Amino acid sequence: MKITNIEKLKEKVINSRDKTKTWVTVCGGTGCHAYGCMKVVEAFQEEIKKKNLVDTVGVRTTGCHGFCERGPLVVIQPEGIFYQRVGVDDVPAIVEETVVNKKIVEKLLYRDPQTKQAIIHEQDVPFYSKQKRIIFGNNGLIDPTDIRDYIAVDGYQALAKVLFEMTADEVIKEIKKSGLRGRGGAGFLTGLKWEICRRESAPIKYLICNADEGDPGAYMDRSLLEGNPHSVIEGMIIGAYAIGATEGFIYVRMEYPLAVKNITIAIEQARKFGLLGESILGSEFSFELHVFKGAGAFVSGEETSLMASIEGRRAFPRQKPPFPAQKGLWGYPTNINNVETWANVPLIINKGADWYSKIGTKSSKGTKIFSLVGKINNTGLVEVPMGISLREIIYEIGGGIKDNKKFKAVQTGGPSGGCIPAEMLDLPIDFDTLTKAGSMMGSGGMIVMDEDTCMVDVARYFLQFTQEESCGKCVPCRLGTRQLYEILTRITKGQGEPEDLKRLKDLAKTVKTGSLCGLGQTAPNPVLTTLKYFRHEYEAHIFRHECPALSCKDLIIYYIEPEKCVGCLLCLKNCPVGAISGERKQVHVIDQELCVKCGACLDVCPPKVRAVSKYTGKKKQQILNKEKKARRR
Amino acid sequence: MEPRKRGQLIHLLHQAQTQEGYISAEAIAAIARKLKISEGEVFGVVTFYKGFSLKPQGKHKVTLCMGTACHVRGAPLILDELERTLQIPAGETTPDGLFTLETVNCVGACALGPIVIVDGEYHGQVKPREVKNLLVKVDENLDRLKEQ
Ligand SMILES: Cc1cc2nc3c(=O)[nH]c(=O)nc-3n(C[C@H](O)[C@H](O)[C@H](O)COP(=O)(O)O)c2cc1C
Ligand code: SF4
Ligand code: SF4
Ligand code: FES
Ligand code: FES
Repeated sequence: MKITNIEKLKEKVINSRDKTKTWVTVCGGTGCHAYGCMKVVEAFQEEIKKKNLVDTVGVRTTGCHGFCERGPLVVIQPEGIFYQRVGVDDVPAIVEETVVNKKIVEKLLYRDPQTKQAIIHEQDVPFYSKQKRIIFGNNGLIDPTDIRDYIAVDGYQALAKVLFEMTADEVIKEIKKSGLRGRGGAGFLTGLKWEICRRESAPIKYLICNADEGDPGAYMDRSLLEGNPHSVIEGMIIGAYAIGATEGFIYVRMEYPLAVKNITIAIEQARKFGLLGESILGSEFSFELHVFKGAGAFVSGEETSLMASIEGRRAFPRQKPPFPAQKGLWGYPTNINNVETWANVPLIINKGADWYSKIGTKSSKGTKIFSLVGKINNTGLVEVPMGISLREIIYEIGGGIKDNKKFKAVQTGGPSGGCIPAEMLDLPIDFDTLTKAGSMMGSGGMIVMDEDTCMVDVARYFLQFTQEESCGKCVPCRLGTRQLYEILTRITKGQGEPEDLKRLKDLAKTVKTGSLCGLGQTAPNPVLTTLKYFRHEYEAHIFRHECPALSCKDLIIYYIEPEKCVGCLLCLKNCPVGAISGERKQVHVIDQELCVKCGACLDVCPPKVRAVSKYTGKKKQQILNKEKKARRR
Repeated sequence: MEPRKRGQLIHLLHQAQTQEGYISAEAIAAIARKLKISEGEVFGVVTFYKGFSLKPQGKHKVTLCMGTACHVRGAPLILDELERTLQIPAGETTPDGLFTLETVNCVGACALGPIVIVDGEYHGQVKPREVKNLLVKVDENLDRLKEQ
């Protein structure tokens, strides 16, 4: 079916649907998948069949709703009743009580940890109520494998408006006016980028969606592709129209099989509906779109190396200029934007640049989706207006730190970014404030760290990452990141030297200035920010062989406090290397020579006993000395 | 369209790997012939990307997420335990061909970190002491392997 009038189609879709029907929507994002949501979906389908409710109740599998922490999530529509941590066993109760009798199943409701109050509706859950979900909100409403769901929520209306009511220049003007900046990291003005590409005269132009999402700990791009693929496709067609491109690619990283699947289905459906291919919606504009699966290289997220990858070559970045807008894929002008950037486009066209630019700060407009992860109570994806403070995100939306621990830092910007300390929690975040703090917006990873996270180890972790992922083209990047990594490793092992602090700084500078692409240029940021804000932790490791977070394996010991141990044998049974000795009801002892510091003993020791402790530095040495003396005796 | 022919390379490599579980020498030769490029060039691309393997994979695939979110939640301890239990470093396959251990950076289920994926099945909030059971569950031969 090729359609020419999207408004009419929307009407048709809506009229064809029974408005009295109840919908059981189950989150089918990767997080909820991992919790086993597909079994829940099946159980609902069976139960509904069993109860002969097929005509009045439907089951819809959606993309990620954002609140992955409480998955599997189930929302009963149209009422918006929100159930969390739903298992297969809960299905009959939900169908019987809520779907049939319109009553609430109390035990599946979300409880506000502070007020202890049960919350019935999705929009009242604090995690959601403080967000501004203009891009991500539809994820919970649509089945990504059914284009009609997207059309029912005004999908492809922006495209129709652009094709029939706007010139290409007007589209670019609108995007420029909105102030939209690229969400892939650098924050370049999207409208300006399009304009540069439009001005190039060439027989062929290409368009790319960067869905390589390399930041380890960020997954908003994946969730958009999985949950609302048509919003990205629509944005791309609009962009293609504005620039004059005839063909596009969506480059998805290979670790995201569900995203690849859903975007492929979406492209097929769009083609069937006449929204891709020849003369879109009956207009004179034609555009083709392909999915390209990456092959596991972080550097291929960099735009020039991404294009090399599509061309079937190794993903080496190259010098710029020429910029992709001038010389891109196969030498033709190419415009590349990030997934979330594309998803913003239909919204701006629909609501207007004036509306859009009212959201956010002076220099950064609109919202940003962050992946709020790590030591936080409400792990998930949060969409917030630019300019919101870190404190609001972490404490009001994120519900604070896990297990009532103390907040230490938040890492933004992935391997290119840095760690921001507690003193800066009130920083209103946008592209520029984060850069000023020595970090970066990046793609939106936000990893929360608590008192148990060692900041030297975090720097070491990121340098291990960049060192492995450096493509090796530039010597300062290849060797410099390796050296940084080696020095940091040395420090975490307690073998650091006082000169290392200066060495790190000097090396960081060399790598920053001597590298060709963003990977090398930003790789030292995790070291520099931790050195700046957490220098005392470096000093503790180097000068006192102490890991204040009790995290670095070589600097800590596990120790069973004799006066607390009740001799229950639990730790002994759980030690993987047989390092613990002791008889029932007698004090257990850890053989420090054998212990591999896996932490199992501390983990299993009953909470009432808590006999296992970790020690570092002086205290650790005292214990070791005491044990040595005892052995000699 | 000729210059674009080579653009199929990564796609063809994915196909070969899905079929055989790894990229064999024969696959490299066939792809090189098809795209009219040298085997050396194909080989260069295969080795550049971490997603391609030149060695056959084990019967069971164990994948540990080492993304940042999982890292701060204790993934390194899980890695120690996996390596100790399987007696191989990450990236290798056990000599009997039963298990391949690999690490990846973020599978997008950070809320459940640390994550171990065994034969496509996700296990969240894994603790070091649960590792052995996860493995024994998929293959009872593991115990025997350890006793030898
Ligand atoms: C090492 C490196 C990795 C990158 N990875 C990504 C990525 O995974 N996703 C992305 O959208 N941009 C990534 N970028 C940024 C891209 O080069 C490019 O700036 C971006 O895709 C442009 O889109 P935008 O203007 O919409 O942000 C990366 C850059 C570098 C230097
Ligand atoms: S900076 Fe590093 S990753 Fe970038 S091109 Fe140079 S060597 Fe490759
Ligand atoms: S930390 Fe692990 S290896 Fe060490 S004694 Fe405890 S259980 Fe055994
Ligand atoms: S995957 Fe279900 S809420 Fe994120
Ligand atoms: S960091 Fe492990 S799933 Fe994201």
